Amino acid sequence: MTINDQQIQSAPRTRPSFVSRAAKDFRKNAAIYLMVLPVVIYYAVFQYGPLYGIQIAFKDYSARLGIWNSPWTGFQHFQDFFQGYYFERVVRNTIILGLYDLIFVFPASIILALMLNEVRNRMFKRTVQSITYIPHFISVVVVVGMMIDFLSADGLINHLIAYFGGQPISFMRLPEWFRAIYISSAIWQGVGWGSIIYLAAISNIDPTLYESAKVDGANRWKQMIHITLPGLMPTIIILFILRIGSFMALQDEKILLMYNPMTYETADTIGTYVYRKGILEASYSYSAAVGLFNSVINFVLLISANYLSKRFTDTKLW
Amino acid sequence: MVHKKTFGEHIFDTSNTLALMLLSLVTLYPFVYVLFASVSNPAELVQHRGILLWPKGFTLDAYRLVFENPNIIRSYLNTIFYVTVGTALNILMTALGAYALSRRNVMWKNTIMIMIVLTMFFDGGLIPRYLLMKNLGLLDTYAALIVPAAISTWNLIVMRTAFQSVPVALEESARMDGAGDWTILFRIIIPLSLPVIAVMILFYGVGHWNRWFEALIYLRERDLFPLQLILREILVQNDTSSMMTSVGGGDRMPIGETIKYATIIVATVPILLLYPFLQKYFVKGVMIGAIKE
Repeated sequence: MTINDQQIQSAPRTRPSFVSRAAKDFRKNAAIYLMVLPVVIYYAVFQYGPLYGIQIAFKDYSARLGIWNSPWTGFQHFQDFFQGYYFERVVRNTIILGLYDLIFVFPASIILALMLNEVRNRMFKRTVQSITYIPHFISVVVVVGMMIDFLSADGLINHLIAYFGGQPISFMRLPEWFRAIYISSAIWQGVGWGSIIYLAAISNIDPTLYESAKVDGANRWKQMIHITLPGLMPTIIILFILRIGSFMALQDEKILLMYNPMTYETADTIGTYVYRKGILEASYSYSAAVGLFNSVINFVLLISANYLSKRFTDTKLW
Repeated sequence: MVHKKTFGEHIFDTSNTLALMLLSLVTLYPFVYVLFASVSNPAELVQHRGILLWPKGFTLDAYRLVFENPNIIRSYLNTIFYVTVGTALNILMTALGAYALSRRNVMWKNTIMIMIVLTMFFDGGLIPRYLLMKNLGLLDTYAALIVPAAISTWNLIVMRTAFQSVPVALEESARMDGAGDWTILFRIIIPLSLPVIAVMILFYGVGHWNRWFEALIYLRERDLFPLQLILREILVQNDTSSMMTSVGGGDRMPIGETIKYATIIVATVPILLLYPFLQKYFVKGVMIGAIKE
């Protein structure tokens, strides 16, 4: 095989036609194409297949007529959404939760990685890592289940509040508490797991940089600010771009478990609204339009973040 | 070089250590509380206020009720089915794709790779996905939770990277002996990539174990429900009544609480038991993906 390839590459004078190259390649790699066939079918059906259904956002879908034959309505569903009663609420909540996530959850893993990096006792470091990775593997149903139990009127947290002389709070029923609970539990779930990638990046930083910094009299705080953090920057920027690209894709599944009509005011997001309208009320076309609106915004954000990063730093996604 | 710590560094190190200990405590204690509460005597537990440092009394009644419950048993078995069949399919499909995409001199490789990577940047959305499943006739089938999740692109890329790092010489000498691609994949590449396969089993397996939202939208038939959906009824919708048909009226309220805790433990323990064994691999698994990005 390798000998053949070398011959082909070293004799480019008469390049064989596309068809004959394709036929030769197919004969030689038949087994490989057979292997990749189910993978390609999977991607075609389950990843690209839904794209076909997006057209119902511009149609009046009826199950009887099917996706293709349902009549076109243009941008009617989008207009209905923009002018509708819930538009402001779900867009506001989605943006606020996305922003809080970016401000509080995103940096948490970086801070944890920096803190772990300063630990000199390896045993202690490894123990903290093992413990903080655990919540990543716990199902969101269990996480929210524990949350509801601990935060209930007669739950652990309210016992502690009462012990210190405070008044009990029905956390899960008060809209003003929803965001704080959503964000802090997101940190609890993901801070450890998120730090792995930063710790890997830190371990790739050239150790001689630290040596020369010590010679120059930099203390550990200065080393962290001037060596570790800059060394992490490319990783941080890449993950930040990716995060921006999913800015409005929140943990909607978690919100569905956490919220209830009493907290819709702050908890109802585009994702949960799509679920209620589409799956529960079967307004397929309308909710597909709302979902598409969200996807398009995310896509535009991703492109812009990548563009800005390319413009102002050397780091880019593509 | 021996470095004498300054006063500031002492403060820094101590507060750093304390903060990390606090984080570990906050992470672990909820599980400890749930474990203690699950084996506590229900009547004593409802009297108790505040943190638990040890179980209040001891009884396994809640566990007995959990394991006697037909909903839990049925859904537990379903989940075991989803995890084993789903993960087996995941590993097979991911390995096939990763092998094909890690070969050199395959003409359509880059085209296929681009087609796959592109899917990381868009998503048809919830409703088009639902309609696709409906039109394929997959609603209310076991396949609904297995087939659409057959491959994770991220895992495919990680496994491809791992396969690429297997020395080419091994493969070439096998080819001299007349081995084809199937033999090379199953006899050479996979046996040499067991750490990454172990990580994939963990990631995919946990994914199946914890999956609930797809079940919520794709399944109406209770007989197909995975454990997480039944958990949702018990923990989130707060419905333990079906569990207590054998419990007398007055005792219902207190034991309802311990049933919840026992259910959490029963649903979480398999993962926590697996965790220490696979832990040494998964950091490596995340790294492979991260570094080669």
